[in-house]
Amino acid sequence: MAAATAVPAVPGTRQGPPPTPPARVVPLALAGLAVAVVAGGCAGLALHSLHAMIEHPAAWAQALIWLLAVAACLPVVPAVRALLAAPQRTRLVAAGDLPGARASAADGREHATVAMGYALSVLIGAALVWFVTANDGAISHTFLRWTFIDQAWSGVTKAFWVNIRVAVAAEVLVLVLGLVLAVMRQLPGRSGRPLRWLATLYVDMFRAIPSIIVLYLVGFGLSLAKVPVVKDLSPIWLAIFALTLTYSGYVAEVYRAGIDSIHPSQWAAARSLGLSYPMTLRTVIVPQAVRRIVPPLLNDFIGLQKDTALIGVMGVTDAFTQSRLVSSDVFNLSPVIVVAVLFVVITIPQARFVDRLIAREQGRRAGRTS
Amino acid sequence: MTFLQIRDVHKSYGDHEVLQGVSLDVARHEVVCLIGASGSGKSTLLRCINALEEISSGDILVDGDVVSGRGVDVNRLRRNVGMVFQSYNLFPHMSVLRNITLAPTRIGGVAKEAAEERALALLDRVGMRDKANAYPDALSGGQQQRVAIVRALATNPQVLLLDEITAALDPELVGDVLAIVRELAGDGLTMLLATHEMGFARECATQVCYLHEGRILERGSAEQIFEDPQEERTRQFLGRVLTGGRL
Repeated sequence: MAAATAVPAVPGTRQGPPPTPPARVVPLALAGLAVAVVAGGCAGLALHSLHAMIEHPAAWAQALIWLLAVAACLPVVPAVRALLAAPQRTRLVAAGDLPGARASAADGREHATVAMGYALSVLIGAALVWFVTANDGAISHTFLRWTFIDQAWSGVTKAFWVNIRVAVAAEVLVLVLGLVLAVMRQLPGRSGRPLRWLATLYVDMFRAIPSIIVLYLVGFGLSLAKVPVVKDLSPIWLAIFALTLTYSGYVAEVYRAGIDSIHPSQWAAARSLGLSYPMTLRTVIVPQAVRRIVPPLLNDFIGLQKDTALIGVMGVTDAFTQSRLVSSDVFNLSPVIVVAVLFVVITIPQARFVDRLIAREQGRRAGRTS
Repeated sequence: MTFLQIRDVHKSYGDHEVLQGVSLDVARHEVVCLIGASGSGKSTLLRCINALEEISSGDILVDGDVVSGRGVDVNRLRRNVGMVFQSYNLFPHMSVLRNITLAPTRIGGVAKEAAEERALALLDRVGMRDKANAYPDALSGGQQQRVAIVRALATNPQVLLLDEITAALDPELVGDVLAIVRELAGDGLTMLLATHEMGFARECATQVCYLHEGRILERGSAEQIFEDPQEERTRQFLGRVLTGGRL
């Protein structure tokens, strides 16, 4: 900017061609206005059909719909401001104030793009409202019928405890088994080779087999084959076992990546102090690795939690099974939405928790002194 | 009396022979400086003595006992031979105090209180006692390196290997670290340093070795090497370092 303002200030010294005025704002501003108007119109239509779907909307619902309609028209404001910036640019160019003209042209372009960004969001929102209200509200009736949600709520929530218990138990086991597998894959030397090989085979296999198939095979196979001890386990424990088999493969890879990410100089420093290989792993390498792998680990845990919805195939009544029972009774999918919402509700706090862990770790690395 | 003896040590990485027959005797209380260009094998030699690298042939003896080759208890060796690295390599997830007491308590069989007491005394010596509970990331490079020296000393090593310990430091921090090394030398600690600090080598070294392409090309007292180098290559090297302003 400093160079740009300096150029016209010293007339007669410039060697090259004269500086060019900024590009016109009007076309972009008009485009922004057009998108804003179209978006507002579409939102109006969608809200109108929402209004029509609710047979006798309460006063607050009416007010809300009007409020949304007004909000949908707001992107017009920056579009108009962009249009207003256009004549100012023209005036400044005519007056020879190129830096001023550039600044107001930039303002105009920014207003225009802001108008477009918000208008496109309004369009997407309008499309969603339209989707829900289409076919005289058939879609919202299929997925969001309050009476059926209410009817399924308590049974599904109760059954959801099964999912949570299975998930938590499997996660604890996965943390242990995953670490064992990761360490096995890293064993040094010739003596470690067969174990390395076995661990690799395990990880390859259980990451390849879909978890629903593992659940199915474990759930029915182990009791059919009368495998000792295992055949007497309750289906819930079999489900935990099956999910542990699958996810320890993933988590072993996460651990391994974490261990690999620790710089070799940490190994050298620990070994040079006389710490043995296992001691170095335990006190220096793994503690550092674990801090780094929390986010990817939680990713896998969320996957595991979601896969608890599959344990119905082995005869465990979990939330999804329960919701389908209600669902087929009333011939409506609203009960299943309850399960979906429950999964969302348990996942979001975990995601925020990890965000906080990461922030805290960074904060500590940045400036902790005591 | 020779305390550390290196006999015709060779070390190769694949086809590349980094050490091509190095022999060196270090007596107790000696301070030996290894000088030479990057890639001349200084660091590799130190890492071999500490058994962080396996040597291809030759012998390394500490206190008359062979410590290279198969079947040697490397953990025991390393308690006698401490090492400090160019990049400090403190454990970032542990406080300064824990960094220092880890090895003595975990493998030295020292009680926690005794180890901490000694760690604090050592920290006091290097002017870092107030940082005992700080974490490495909160320290400057010079402070980290001082902690790293204390950490290496905490196991009571008989030899200390210092691998270009000031090379990663800002120039104004080098002095603090070298002052500590000087003090340790004064105490009679046996040390082997790979260094580019020629002024320090000239002042403190009882023996200076110029390494070139995996061999010790010239050795002698600091005076001999710096005032009257016999080898043309040594002269060239010192000339380059001099114009670089390191002396």
